Parts: sequence; structure tokens; C-alpha cells
Amino acid sequence: MSTPETPDVLKDEYKYGFYTDIEADSAPKGLNEDIIRFISRKKGEPDWMLEWRLKAYRGWLKKKEPRWAYLDYPPIDYQDICYYSAPKTGPAGEVDEELRKTFERLGIPLDERKRLEGVAVDAVFDSVSVATTHKDILAEKGILFCPISEAIREHPDLVRKYLGSVVPPADNFFAALNSAVFTDGSFCYIPKGVRCPIELSTYFRINARNTGQFERTLIVADEGSYVSYLEGCTAPLRDENQLHAAVVELIALDDAQIKYATVQNWYAGDKEGRGGIYNFVTKRGHCRGQRSRISWTQVEVGSAITWKYPGCVLEGEHSVGEFYSVALTNHRMQADTGTKMIHIGSHTRSTIVSKGISAGESVNSYRGLVQVLPDAVGCRNHSQCDSMLIGDKCKANTFPVVEAENGSAVIEHEATTSRISEDQLFYLKSRGITEEDAVSLVVNGFCKEVFKQLPLEFAVEAIRLLELKLDKSIG
Amino acid sequence: MSECGADFEIKDLCASVEGKPILKGVNLRVNRGETHALMGPNGSGKSTLASVIMGHPGYEVTGGQICFKGRNILDLETEERARLGIFLAFQYPVAIPGVTVAKFLKTAADAMRPGGAKVSSAAFLKELREYMAFLEMDPAFINRFLNDGFSGGEKKRMEILQMLALKPAFAVMDETDSGLDIDALKIVSKGINRLVGPDFGLLLITHYERMLRYIKPDHLHILMDGRIVHSGGPELVKRLEEKGYDWVRQEFGKEVLAE
Repeated sequence: MSTPETPDVLKDEYKYGFYTDIEADSAPKGLNEDIIRFISRKKGEPDWMLEWRLKAYRGWLKKKEPRWAYLDYPPIDYQDICYYSAPKTGPAGEVDEELRKTFERLGIPLDERKRLEGVAVDAVFDSVSVATTHKDILAEKGILFCPISEAIREHPDLVRKYLGSVVPPADNFFAALNSAVFTDGSFCYIPKGVRCPIELSTYFRINARNTGQFERTLIVADEGSYVSYLEGCTAPLRDENQLHAAVVELIALDDAQIKYATVQNWYAGDKEGRGGIYNFVTKRGHCRGQRSRISWTQVEVGSAITWKYPGCVLEGEHSVGEFYSVALTNHRMQADTGTKMIHIGSHTRSTIVSKGISAGESVNSYRGLVQVLPDAVGCRNHSQCDSMLIGDKCKANTFPVVEAENGSAVIEHEATTSRISEDQLFYLKSRGITEEDAVSLVVNGFCKEVFKQLPLEFAVEAIRLLELKLDKSIG
Repeated sequence: MSECGADFEIKDLCASVEGKPILKGVNLRVNRGETHALMGPNGSGKSTLASVIMGHPGYEVTGGQICFKGRNILDLETEERARLGIFLAFQYPVAIPGVTVAKFLKTAADAMRPGGAKVSSAAFLKELREYMAFLEMDPAFINRFLNDGFSGGEKKRMEILQMLALKPAFAVMDETDSGLDIDALKIVSKGINRLVGPDFGLLLITHYERMLRYIKPDHLHILMDGRIVHSGGPELVKRLEEKGYDWVRQEFGKEVLAE
């Protein structure tokens, strides 16, 4: 596995920037109904799925790309993207050796003997899922965890019932695009009363050049069930921008709980802003049942452009939505991210903790909506949005919107902006701590409330990533 | 330049802030085992001296030397000075939200031994608990965020706790007594005295003589207008207490003005 495309100077900064030289089965560039038929055929999908895609595509054609976010990027040529790329693999059921090596290098062993303790992983490479581990443990409990393309074939009733029920294809431009061309992603169903005994995880890897990644994740937690889910993502270093437009839908029925955590580390482009992933993602959870609970935790340290607002529709009475976010931007990265909490049911509660860290010449914006509908009695929201600036060329913005249409709502919003001060660094250095360690101590302290929401080993990984991303951003 | 002989020595030190000279040729020697008090009216340059010893980036050294353990430390980074065994107890300790006292102190203790073996967490915590009991601090302090929401007295005790934990060879206390009530002052002094001994040098910067009742200096220096204008033994404390700084101005002020 050679890495001819990785400039030496960048190797230390983005260690996942290698490219796997593997033969791929790709669609020609461009988007039209034939391409969608091609994808659907490749996936062996039933007719209803193709129709659903085509309808989404026709809707997308009428939509305009949103430009209201605080982001600046050149127009995207949707005809210059390849919408399907699958690694050519060996005999059915076996993971190709190169792919196995790739994921090992990413710290995700697919081998059942070496598999990660306590985490079932679905590994997605470009447009297809290449392996899912721990299937035995999950099967025992009746938990379904498989590539969504497999779910469409094997569990069509469940998929038809829930797909698009939280994020309809017409929801927005990127959701429509995803609905038309999504290739893979994970499907997860936790039966009634089952507490998933291990973490479920999907690892997304973009490898091929000029290829968009459009994954779709659907998680359904039936009554009284519990699941904790983790998502990781990386991509090779490239000079061109690559588009990633995912849709994630979560559904929690009565008394169910879903914890969804993301460590997003797509390639962010170089110091001058060349290359990097354009990350336009629609993530939404639906607390459909009473006393259900959905929490989003995201650590966003990658992508050239991030446009992402994981939200909760709190329909079931007494349901709870949570959003914990750390978004770090450095160099020329731009992030416009936040959440939406829609209180439909009475006595629903939501918590928002957002920590934005901007360094270099980056721009980091928080955008949030807290809405309480007229019939929702006794709702509460607490929002805390903190920004930290490192250096004097970066920017932080906060755009919080509150729409309380029921007078009984209690909504609190706190926001702070701080700068890592020379005095803080001097104080820590006077105790023998190096400048780099001092910065990471201050930043980790700043993000503490969010990191404690992550499973321990992922919190450690997140802290390490943050340190890596901030390295040499001072002074 | 002349060689560095004493354990800690400041020679002809000049420093300025934003182009304005504050220190105008400070000379001071502190041998190990000695406690020196540095006093002087407001604005005389006491805190500037403390910051310059530790290498605060906001001050520009325009001349002179600071020697410690046989070498000029002015070209060392702040953290390197700390690792050499210099400690500064801050007049205004800074808050680091989200970082617990335990985490911070463990990080600092490990940083003091770069490349060396890390301190075992259990042993370190045990030692910390003992120091906290000695300083009459609530054990729950260990899980609070560093200086975040601490009262003035709590912050000063935290400085002393850090000093005990990091075991410096030479410490500068920058107005550690300011803002303390008499009970807190006694505890803080008890903490400082615990380190005082044949291998420890101490420079106590203070505005009032009050603290010197609890920590007995061997030498006392008076800083005025960026220069040490008078030095003496412990008997000077009493004289300052009775007469204030006016007599110093009258006796030594001319020298300062003549410059």
C-alpha cells in the first residue's frame, strides 16, 4: 500500500491521509436517472426503493443549494462527481486483504479474532459496507445491525416503515440528494426491552478520487430499548474537494434511549485551504415515544466545510433531547454547526452544550433553534454555547434562535466567548508544563462537559485528536 | 559577564514594559538555606521582578542576568526555569475552568521530570492529601476546577499546595499575604515554613510586615523605583513597621533621583 499522494509535510498532521490502491467498480461521473437506476441495480434493490430514489431526485432538481450558512465556498458541480465507487473484492463473504489492512491502519480491525472489545463495527469503504463484526453477540439479542443496503433486501418492512420518516427526502437540498443517491450506511434495530450489550459503530472511509460519499444511517430503538452508537470518519489527503452528504435518522419509541456519538475527522484541507471534505449532513432524531431520550454527541475536528445541525423532534411527552458538541476549526476550515430542538410534546426537555474552538484563520459558527409549539406545556431548555479563540485571525459566531409559543416554557441560554490568555499559559508554564501541553490542558478543560458524554476510549481518542489538530497553532 | 556563583543571583537586572523601564539595575543574592524579604511601596517594581524571574512574555529584559544553579536563566523558557527548580507563587492565580486540581498537579508533577518516570497516581494523591490536610483544605478541593470560583484565600492556599507538591529549590512569593485574614495567613505561613530549610532559598515579596512575623527573613531589601536602595537584617523589619517608607525615601531617595 503506497502513499504517493501524501505530501511529507502534512503526514504528521493528518495521519489518515493515505490512499488505498485498490481496483474499484465505479459509475461514470454525473447525476441523472440512469445513474440512480445503476446504483439501485448494483445494490439489488426492490422496485419501491428505486421509485423512492427517483422521486427524491426529481424533488432535488427543483431545489436550490442552501446558501444561508456562514460559509464561503465555490459552486459545487454536481455533474463532476462520481456517485458510486465500490472496491472490487474477493469471493463473497471475505474481506479483501487490502481493505483489511486499510482498516487495521485506521485502528479498526475487521478480523473477528482481533475485533475491538465491546464494539461492533460496520466498516464502510466508499459506497459499500465491507464488513460488520460481532454479529453473533447481536443475533443472540435479536438486534439487527447491518449495512442499510442489506436491510433494504432482508428487512424491507422495517426499512419502509422508518426510512425518511424523520428526514423526508424533500427536507432540504442535501437530504434530497442523499435520498436519491445514497449508497451505504448502517441500519440498526433494537427490539423491545433490549439493552444493546455492546457499542455499535460505523466507520466511514472515503478512498476513491472525485467520489462523493452519501451514506444513510437509520437507527430504530423499540419500546424500552437502549443503544449507544458511534460513528467515525476519515479520508485521504487530496487537493480537490470531495462532497460528503449523509443523512442519519434516529427513532426512539416509548421509554427507549439512543446515544449517538460522532468523531468526525474527514480531511480538512491543507493550511492554505486547498482540498478537504465538504461535509453537508442532515442528522435528526425523533423522540416518538413517551419518556424517550436521544442524545447527540459530536466531536468535529475535520472537513474543510461543515454544515450540520443534529436535532431532536421531541414529540413523545416527557421525552428528552440532548446535544453536546465540540467543533474545532484550524487553518482555513469553516464550520456552521449547531442543533435544533423542536418541543412538540408536553413536559419535554432539551439540553444544548456547544463548545466551539477556532484557531488559525478559521471561522466557527454555532447556529441553533429551540422551538416550543403552542400545545407543548411545561417544556424546558438549557443552552450553553461557548466559543474559544486561539490567535487573532480566527472568527467565532453564535446564531441562537428561540421560538417559544407556549408561555409555560422555561428556556435558558448562556453564551461566552473567551480567548486562551497569555496569563493562563504563563501560569501553567510556570509549573513546568510546555506551551503545547498547556494549550491542550486549557482546551480539554473547556470541552470537558462534552467529552464526559463519550465512552471512555473514544474520549481519549477525541482528546488526542484535538491535541494533534492544535499542534503548532499557537504563537 | 561575570560567572554565576551564588545559588540564586540577580545582577544589574533592567526590564521594561511596553518600552517603559521598570527595573533599573537590580542586584540580589539568595543562597540556599536563606530567606530574603523584598519590600517596597506600590509601583516600585516588586511584581515586575517576580514576573521577570519566571520569564513572563509581557516584560522585556533590557540588561543584566539572573543566575540559578550556576547558569544564566534569562535565555530559558518559563517551563525550563520551573524544571530547574524555580517556583513563583502568583499574586493573582489564574483560573483554568474544566481542569481539576488533581489533573493539573499530576500534569505539572510529570512535566517536572521530562523523560523521567511518571509519578504513580496513587502515591501522588496520597501525598497531596497529606499536604491538603496540613494546609487545612477540604479534601474535595482536589476535584474542583483550578482556581475557578475560588476565594482569594483559597487561591493562595492552592499556590502553597502546588509549591509543596512540586518541591522547588527556590521560590518567589509575590504578595502571597495580600487579601488574607489572620487565620489564613497563619496557615499559608505554616505551609511556606515547611519548605524552609538548608536546601531551600526563598524570596518573599510583600507589601506589609505582617507576614514577617510568621516567616522570619534572614535579610530584608527595600525596592524603590526599580532598584534595591537598602538592605539589612531582620532588625529592619521593626524599623519599617514603626516608620513606614518615608525615612527610606529621605535617606536613600537622593540616590534614586540622581540617576
